[in-house]
Amino acid sequence: MTITGHPLIEGEAEGTLLLLTAPICFWGGLDPLTGTISDPRHPQCGTHISDRIVAIPAIVGSSSSSQYLLEAMHHRKAPRAILLGEEDIIIATAVIVGREMDYPSFPIVHCAFDGLHDGARLRISVDGRIQILNTP
Amino acid sequence: MHLTAEETFMISSQAPPATAMAMRILTETARLMGADRLVEITNAHIDGCVYFADSGVFFAEKLRDLGAQVSVPATLNVGALDLLRPDLVRASRHALDMSRRLMTAYLDMGCTASWTCAPYQAGYRPGLDEQIAWAESNAIVFANSVLGARTNRYGDYFDICAAITGRAPYTGLHIKENRYATVLIDLSGLPAPLLGEEAFYPVLGAWLGKTVGAAVAAFNGMPIDVSEDCLKALAAASASTGAVALFHVIGVTPEAADQAEAFGGLPPVEIIRPSLQDMRTARDQLSTAVGDKIDCVALGSPHFSIDECRQLAALCKGRTFCRPVYVCTRHDVYSALGDDREAIEAAGATFVVGTCVVVAPILKQSSGVLMTNSGKFAHYSPSTVGHEVVYGSLLDCVRSAVTGKVDRDEELWH
Repeated sequence: MTITGHPLIEGEAEGTLLLLTAPICFWGGLDPLTGTISDPRHPQCGTHISDRIVAIPAIVGSSSSSQYLLEAMHHRKAPRAILLGEEDIIIATAVIVGREMDYPSFPIVHCAFDGLHDGARLRISVDGRIQILNTP
Repeated sequence: MHLTAEETFMISSQAPPATAMAMRILTETARLMGADRLVEITNAHIDGCVYFADSGVFFAEKLRDLGAQVSVPATLNVGALDLLRPDLVRASRHALDMSRRLMTAYLDMGCTASWTCAPYQAGYRPGLDEQIAWAESNAIVFANSVLGARTNRYGDYFDICAAITGRAPYTGLHIKENRYATVLIDLSGLPAPLLGEEAFYPVLGAWLGKTVGAAVAAFNGMPIDVSEDCLKALAAASASTGAVALFHVIGVTPEAADQAEAFGGLPPVEIIRPSLQDMRTARDQLSTAVGDKIDCVALGSPHFSIDECRQLAALCKGRTFCRPVYVCTRHDVYSALGDDREAIEAAGATFVVGTCVVVAPILKQSSGVLMTNSGKFAHYSPSTVGHEVVYGSLLDCVRSAVTGKVDRDEELWH
């Protein structure tokens, strides 16, 4: 099965999906040194996002989410890709800035989450297509 | 995307390198937002100056060292230092050094040393239809909603690129057609006295952010004499729990003289009529603490205005606090307070100037219970400073700081 998304940041990635069940703010919500969700109010607090493809229903809250994502990129703790249920420029800009700083980039794709299951293996292509390789 | 001749030059290899770098980031962002051109801005507000991470310092210094200068007036958000009382911030030497380097880099680029999250109350008020590029979530909502200026929800680092180039992507809330409300919030189901209480507005904001996310809502039934500080509190809370960038208040805010204007002549896509129970639930969700003990009180997110400080000063007379009370505000307010400052300090409160207790390590303990009248502090304290939270009115906070125990007037919510 393939989902067609709109690439905000183009790139390729393959990995295991972490499907967040609530919106997140990275200020206070992401520990950029460990790549862990750190907001005690978030249902998936304590989960690692680095090395995963993370589906986030919405980015809410602070303008400083950019700072936390850029710092995670700096420490190589960023996710392999981010899928966004709602378009957001605060975190997309962080990846654009990261490229200027020569940090490794990763794709951000705006898409519907229908058919996506936590733990699924996904492959993302440059044009924003998301291939579901297998579902747990 | 269409670029003017000047913009095409700005991104070329002949342009000054800092301008080209800022323009690359700006046009990439504009492309991903689907903009077909850029728009000239008159003003920017920079949130990237608060130190959370080393990479932000490297980025700002890279721009500065390449010779970047802002091309439009650009105000600065809070820093992570209190310049008046450096000993207030209990950060590591590394964090203090990096905070200072970051603040210096932005000053070197020509930004204004405003050091506030409420620049709109510090004399930098953009007007109706003015094209601006602001970061700092509460300020974005205030500028759009209360002043009728036009900005999208921009983040740290984009902000300085907009200030250097003097441009923003011409899309989203920069365009009038995208500013009409789609959701009508009918407040007629709530008791009128509650709508007259300041403590209601952060709760309404927290509820709004959770309920509408990023949609543009219009309130019907809010008192037409609602204060600017109440709207500020509503804006800040809505931008904490949600991705709100703009709301209208029919009969109050500048793009909503009546319902037809707020909705561009179209009918609402959705009508929501919140109940008193919805508001009680939203209020309860702002608090996380169990028990009645508090360790400190934090006021002023967004930064307390002069009116809010005066109100606090009146409540301080004849009271002595047994818990630390932090009053976060701007330099110009702190300087202008006079006797009211003395009244607040005499009761035992501490002013935090140009920064605040959730962006810099100021609280004496690494965990505990923080009481606040701010929806934004209440939302973020558990995740940013490890404190459980009790939400209450300003009077509740003052009374509780005297006894060290939660003392709330529950009558407001019945």
